[in-house]
Formats: sequence, C-alpha cells, structure tokens
Amino acid sequence: MVISGIRLPLMTSLIVWAVIWEIAGHTDAGFILPPLSSIIWRVFEIVPTPSFLDALLITGRAFLFGNAIAIGIGVPLGILMGRSVIADRLLLPWVNLFLSAPLSALVPVIMVLFGLGETTIVLTVVLFSMWIIVLNTRAGIRAISPSLIEMARSFGASRWQAFSRIYVWAALPEILAGIRLGMIRAVKGVVIGQLLVSVVGFGTLFEIYQSHFLMEHFWALLLVLFSFAFTLNELLAGLERRFAYYAASR
Amino acid sequence: MTPNVTDATAQRMSEFAPPFLATRPIVEVKSVSKTYPGGIEALSGISLDFPEGRLTTLLGPSGCGKTTLLKIIAGLIPASGGQVFVDGREVKGPGPERAFVFQDFALMPWASVIRNVAFGLELRGVAHSEREAIAERHIARVGLKGFEKKYPHELSGGMRQRVGLARALAVDAKVVLMDEPFSAVDEQTRRKFQEELLELVANEGKSFIFVTHSIEEAVYVSDRIALLSRRPSRVSAVIEPKISRDGDPDKIRRDSAYLDVVEEIWQQLKHYLD
Repeated sequence: MVISGIRLPLMTSLIVWAVIWEIAGHTDAGFILPPLSSIIWRVFEIVPTPSFLDALLITGRAFLFGNAIAIGIGVPLGILMGRSVIADRLLLPWVNLFLSAPLSALVPVIMVLFGLGETTIVLTVVLFSMWIIVLNTRAGIRAISPSLIEMARSFGASRWQAFSRIYVWAALPEILAGIRLGMIRAVKGVVIGQLLVSVVGFGTLFEIYQSHFLMEHFWALLLVLFSFAFTLNELLAGLERRFAYYAASR
Repeated sequence: MTPNVTDATAQRMSEFAPPFLATRPIVEVKSVSKTYPGGIEALSGISLDFPEGRLTTLLGPSGCGKTTLLKIIAGLIPASGGQVFVDGREVKGPGPERAFVFQDFALMPWASVIRNVAFGLELRGVAHSEREAIAERHIARVGLKGFEKKYPHELSGGMRQRVGLARALAVDAKVVLMDEPFSAVDEQTRRKFQEELLELVANEGKSFIFVTHSIEEAVYVSDRIALLSRRPSRVSAVIEPKISRDGDPDKIRRDSAYLDVVEEIWQQLKHYLD
C-alpha cells in the first residue's frame, strides 16, 4: 500500500490496530480489555507454566488426532462421492447438512456418549473439520479432466493405479484447500470442545481465568490461540501455492 | 442428404479411387454402430480397414463421430454393435498394441516431461532406470532433448503435444491413434508437425489412425482417407491420395495431385454445410 508516496510495509495495519487497542486499554474499557502490552507480557508469563504446557499438549494431541481422522476418512469419502453417483446421492445431503449445521449444539451429545475426556475433544475436531474436506475432495475429483482418466485407461492403468497415480494427484489442489479449511475449523472445534467440556486442556484454563476474572490471562490465551490459527492458515496456504501451477495447466 | 445419395457417392468414389494398398489390414472395423444413452445415434454400421504401416485418416464435419470411432478402436468406449479387430484380435478394452495421442495432450501437470513420457511404461511395471532410458530416447526423437526435467506448464502447446506423442511412441505400440492431435497448436507448429508425421510414418513402421476435420491436413498426411458423413455417421467415401511424398515436403502443398484431392473432398463435404 502506498500513502502519499510512502510505501507502507504489509504489517502496518496490524500496528495501527495494536496502537488503538493499547490506547483503549488505558481507558475505562481496560476493565474488560486490558492494554495489549500487558497482555503480551502475560503471554510470556503463562506460556512456560506447567498448566499451560499441559493444556497445549492435550490440545495439540486432540488437534492432530482429530485432523488425522478427518483426513483419513474425509479424503477417501470425497473420492468415493466424486466417482460414484449412488454414494454421492446417498451422502451429499448429510455432508451439506453437517457443513452448515451449528455443530456446537452436537458437542453435548458426544459428551453424553463418550464422557468428559479427550475422546470427546478428538471427535469434536473430526466433526468440525471433516465435512469441508469431503466436499472439497469431491469437487476436486469431479473437476479432473476426462481425458486424463482416458489417458490412464488407454495405457492400461488398473483401478488402483488410476486412483493412486491420477485421481489423488489431479485433485490435490482441492484436497489441500479442503485440509486447510478443515484445519481452521478444527481449531474452532478443539477450542469449543474444550470450552464445553471445560475440564480438559485450555477449557480448564479459560474456566479458571473467567471465574476469577483474570482478563489479562484470558486475553493472553486467546492471543496465543488466534496467532496459532493464523500461522497455521498461512503455512498451509503457502503449501497450497506451491501446487498452484496445477490449476493453470489442468 | 438421404442415405441413398451417400451410398451412391461412396460407390462413385471407390470407382474413382480403387484401393491400391495391398498390405494386410492391422485394424478392421466391422459394422460398428454406437448409440449413446438418450438415443443419440453417433455411428451407424461403419465398416473400414486400416492398412498396416500406413496412416489412415478419419475425416468429417465436426460432431460426426470420428472421435467416437477412434475411441471405440482404442477400447475406451464400447460399441453398441459390431466388432473391432486389432492385429486379428477382437477389441474388448484398451491394449498394449494401441497407443493414444490426445487432442488436449492429457499430460499429468504434476509430473516432469520424462515421467509423463515414461508413464505407459511405469503402468506396465518397467523398472525405473530402464523406462527412463527409453523415455529419454523418445524425448530426443520428438526433438525435446534437454526438456526432460521440465513440467508441462513450462512448455508451449506444440511442445506439450510432442510429449504426448513421445509417450505414445515410448510404449512401442503397433497402432498409434491420434485424436485431432494438432488442432490445439498454432499454424506454423501444425505444418511442422505434419511434415514430421510423414517422416514418422515412413520410418517407425507403425500404423497410424488419425482424426482431423481439416481437409488439407488429411490429404497432406494420409495414405488413405475415410470420409465420414454427418450423424448418424457412415463411411461416405474412401480416398487414397496418390501423392509422391519423396523430397521437399513443401512441394507437396503445391503438387497438383494434392490440390486435386483437396478439391475433390471439398466437393464431397460441401453437402454437409447445408
């Protein structure tokens, strides 16, 4: 961005908002919105504590397991739906339903079924992230150029060869985009799951901070989670761009 | 145009140009018909022989089912009726004795040139070093030496089709099926390709089946041209241009025999414009 001849660096807008936040924090609003500087100090204070690291470990584990399951089920399911009309007719309404449904409302159901433990958090992550992976994979498979499939067949590809050497690769940009969107939803899933269960991971910490009205701690935790989600998105988007040339030449 | 008139024309044409290619047919198409789901009749009782070691062209107006026939020969789509024999065996699906060159190249954008060219061999389980050696030879054969590690998006349309051609040659099939291979490249490249195709037919000892809607292209490259009528498609004529292909390739385009055959086919195809 260029304002009156001066080229501004990319992060300028962030700095502007940080300054506004800092000023707001020193007014009466500091009651619920403490100044950014003190929140950042608090980040450094709480991150090394055992309770934070413990919560991070539990959250990270649930996040990874949940995503692994969502990808492991979502990608094959999406390929199946992209290939088979019957499977598509049968499953698409459900996938669309779950994609748009307020999933938080389902978390208590999982809680009843699987208890107040890590299993529930993992399943919440799966519930949040899987559907967009399914839909994107399906779209990617359906967009594969028919001549690429004919090419593989004409050179004698078996079903497995066509799947592993053509379908997966040709749909890779869409699959990656689905995984990225799924992971962002998974961050929501893991946090919402923990908040609702509230005796596991960051849920416990949020519960403690809120009940003791430790707003600086509360915001510090949010800041950590937000930056985690943002970094994750950027990393995955970067990975996606590396495969961007597919789209042009497909 | 009624079918009767078509038949009469076909007869006239065959009197005019009796088959002179005495070689045995490598591909035989016997009363093949194709009706698509929904009742669209694409091909109606087509019978054709394709002489071995020659280039035969399927020529006809757009949407006349030339590509459908080629894909039936390739085993990519099943015929509704009739049979196709390649090298004496009935076609039930794709086979190693046939290789296909696609109109839109059909290259894998995530794979390098060498991997694309070696893909047919890869599917057949040929060892990595062996198939790369074969692929390298064919990449050089089509004039792409030095581009082995490039990706399709780094190549021009013409170069991409060279990759498609190298891939078809690499599997060493007896019959190469080409579906409007030069229609997506620019005119200069197209002419160059046509000249190189003549050389390929002369030197490779393979049989080529070529689909095009360009009369000039068909007459320039073909030993035999099967003229297909509008849908439902029949063979309305078989023409064998007797053009000497020795010497300067540019001479052919000024050759009177060449020009006569072009004119003759144009007179035939003109009917379909109405």
